Amino acid sequence: MGIIKYFATDKYAVYIWGSYGVTFLLMAIEIIMLLKRKRNLARRAEPAAKGRDSQFQTSFQESQ
Amino acid sequence: MSNHRINWYKYAAPANFYPLAGKLIPLFAIPSAILFVAGIYVGFFVAPTDAVQGESYRILFIHVPAAWMGMFLYVMMAVYAGVGWAFNARLASMMATAISPTGAIFTFISLVTGSLWGRPAWGVWWVWDARLTSTLILLFLYIGFISLQSSIDDARRADRAGAVLALVGVVNVPIIYFSVQWWNSLHQGATITKNSFKMAPSMATAMFLLLGACWLYSIAVVLVRVRYIIREREQEAPWLAEATA
Repeated sequence: MGIIKYFATDKYAVYIWGSYGVTFLLMAIEIIMLLKRKRNLARRAEPAAKGRDSQFQTSFQESQ
Repeated sequence: MSNHRINWYKYAAPANFYPLAGKLIPLFAIPSAILFVAGIYVGFFVAPTDAVQGESYRILFIHVPAAWMGMFLYVMMAVYAGVGWAFNARLASMMATAISPTGAIFTFISLVTGSLWGRPAWGVWWVWDARLTSTLILLFLYIGFISLQSSIDDARRADRAGAVLALVGVVNVPIIYFSVQWWNSLHQGATITKNSFKMAPSMATAMFLLLGACWLYSIAVVLVRVRYIIREREQEAPWLAEATA
């Protein structure tokens, strides 16, 4: 496992760690942002759905 | 024969595309995760140490796929934006909007990893060389597209304005690609071309595994995002209430 030893000792190892670290960190941030967007959508959809139901009932009653 | 043909136009309607995208997401996300693990394994434990660059060349396994994805996603974004504008197809415009953050992230990753590779290999973090500068312009084009769209309240007007910027900016992609041939550049030329393949097989395997992983990741993330954009824009549509119930 020469590479493991290399990562523990070599001064350039930080560049490799940094590269893969930045890549996976940005991907993780992208996924977290999407999950946040999903939560916001779910929160917004609840009152909207209730409003739509009551609106539907009103128009239905009017047509009776 | 014509009975078996898929009606592609059907999926241009958000109401039909939304459930299809939902089913497709795991088909791209799971193989992407597997390819990332395989690519990292081959890249770090199988690929040999480079005779000239030592270990730092392993950065290129992620740098090259990220750079390719940055350019490829820009072209895809411009095509979708153009189709959305020309044919007044709102789903195509939504796809362009969904692609832009992922393309910007990959372009940023290619610049940062390139810089982290350049420091040990060239001795500098950055040079104002044609390839690097045109890639930086690509990042600014993505940021410009995202900012322009978010600054306009009306979604369809934002789509049209974004399409103009995306289509004008697409000229930058061949400039990036051919910059190493057109100008004297510190950046090396293409390692993989139609007629030559200057790479050890295990190194190429690692790079292509990570390229596949980035590709599948992009598709999965874009599909997730486009579903949220559909939900945000079409929140009053009755079909959406049924689909999300």
